[in-house]
Amino acid sequence: LAERANLAGVRHIVLVLSGKGGVGKSTLSTELALALRHAGKRVGILDVDLCGPSIPRMLRVQDSAVHQCDSGWVPVFVGQDKAIALMSIGFLLEQPDDAVVWRGPKKNALIKQFVTDVAWGELDFLIVDTPPGTSDEHISTVEALRPHQLLGAVLVTTPQ
Amino acid sequence: AEAAELRARLRAVRHTVLVLSGKGGVGKSTFSALLAHGLAADETKQVALLDIDICGPSIPKIMGLEGEQVHQSGSGWSPVYVEENLGVMSVGFLLSSPDDAVIWRGPKKNGLIKQFLRDVDWGEVDYLIVDTPPGTSDEHLSIVQYLSATRIDGAVIVTTPQEVSLQDVRKEINFCRKVKLPIIGVVENMSGFVCPKCKNESQIFPPTTGGAEKMCQNLSVSFLGKVPLDPQIGKSCDSGQSFLAEAPESPATLSYRSIIQRIQEYCEQHHLQEEKIM
Repeated sequence: LAERANLAGVRHIVLVLSGKGGVGKSTLSTELALALRHAGKRVGILDVDLCGPSIPRMLRVQDSAVHQCDSGWVPVFVGQDKAIALMSIGFLLEQPDDAVVWRGPKKNALIKQFVTDVAWGELDFLIVDTPPGTSDEHISTVEALRPHQLLGAVLVTTPQ
Repeated sequence: AEAAELRARLRAVRHTVLVLSGKGGVGKSTFSALLAHGLAADETKQVALLDIDICGPSIPKIMGLEGEQVHQSGSGWSPVYVEENLGVMSVGFLLSSPDDAVIWRGPKKNGLIKQFLRDVDWGEVDYLIVDTPPGTSDEHLSIVQYLSATRIDGAVIVTTPQEVSLQDVRKEINFCRKVKLPIIGVVENMSGFVCPKCKNESQIFPPTTGGAEKMCQNLSVSFLGKVPLDPQIGKSCDSGQSFLAEAPESPATLSYRSIIQRIQEYCEQHHLQEEKIM
């Protein structure tokens, strides 16, 4: 029930995907979130790139820490008016240069937690930034999000 | 018994170089392909290129081998040969269509990587180049684990100049240290662009925190060199041709060649040191 509750207040979930790395998924996710916020929407970003979490630096919160509350993890609030909710594994690292050297099963467990244990509150849009590829992170994220308001995926590429 | 099998298969491999990056899209596959071409220019050397990017295998296209299939023989899987002395293996060759997605979790990916090492009949190889996907996960742990049956000369780490890339590359450097993988050095790709018309140089990916050179200084890692952006590189990759052969005069070619030479020297020295110890 707690699982359902944490995403119950989220109206639309958008995944940002690409097969390819380095095409601008995180950049786009960030700009999309900022633009939606500018248009007056309540926005959150979930960064499920466990090996290379880029979103915290893009929003200048790479030194932030996360806290727990009764309903789960409290996201970090970013943006000019501190109104965009952000959760990234980047926040859980002791040192920013620490490598997250995990195999699939451990990544899957964390992603499931990220999806269901963050106290997002009421959001119009939750943007989910993903790593490159079509593997553990992607399968787990889609599986965990399927029971919720999954609007769809935006795919990013470069021309070549 | 499995370890013994791998050791036997890899016994005839003299040098192994892993091409890594924490970050995607920085030019690992491009670099791996050109490193392979560069080393194979010496016809007396036998070069093998192994692509362990299971989800996004770029090597078949970059090497002009799209549509090729893998053949089986009594001695195992045959690599696909670009030249007589340059053989390639990739999951790309096992797909029925290039757009088929390989949607596998870690354990299945590990299984294929092990098969690549155990079942491919590489023969006698002077240089085994291993192209990897971005990240520090299953593929990377597995290749280091499986290759412990042989000796890995080291890793070449590729990055682009901006902090968002370096951030991930520092993690990769820490990964290498964690698994005791020697680092041959770091290559800074997409480092500046010289306009062919006005000859002005622009920083397309400005090194806001000092670029790879500064990072290498800070982390006491060898800096192998900078490669500028050249639109011909992307074109050559798309058409499956060697950029070094298509644009021999390009500043990027000169950079690549100098970096390839440094890698060769590192491997040869390494070998001499080992022989001394033995």
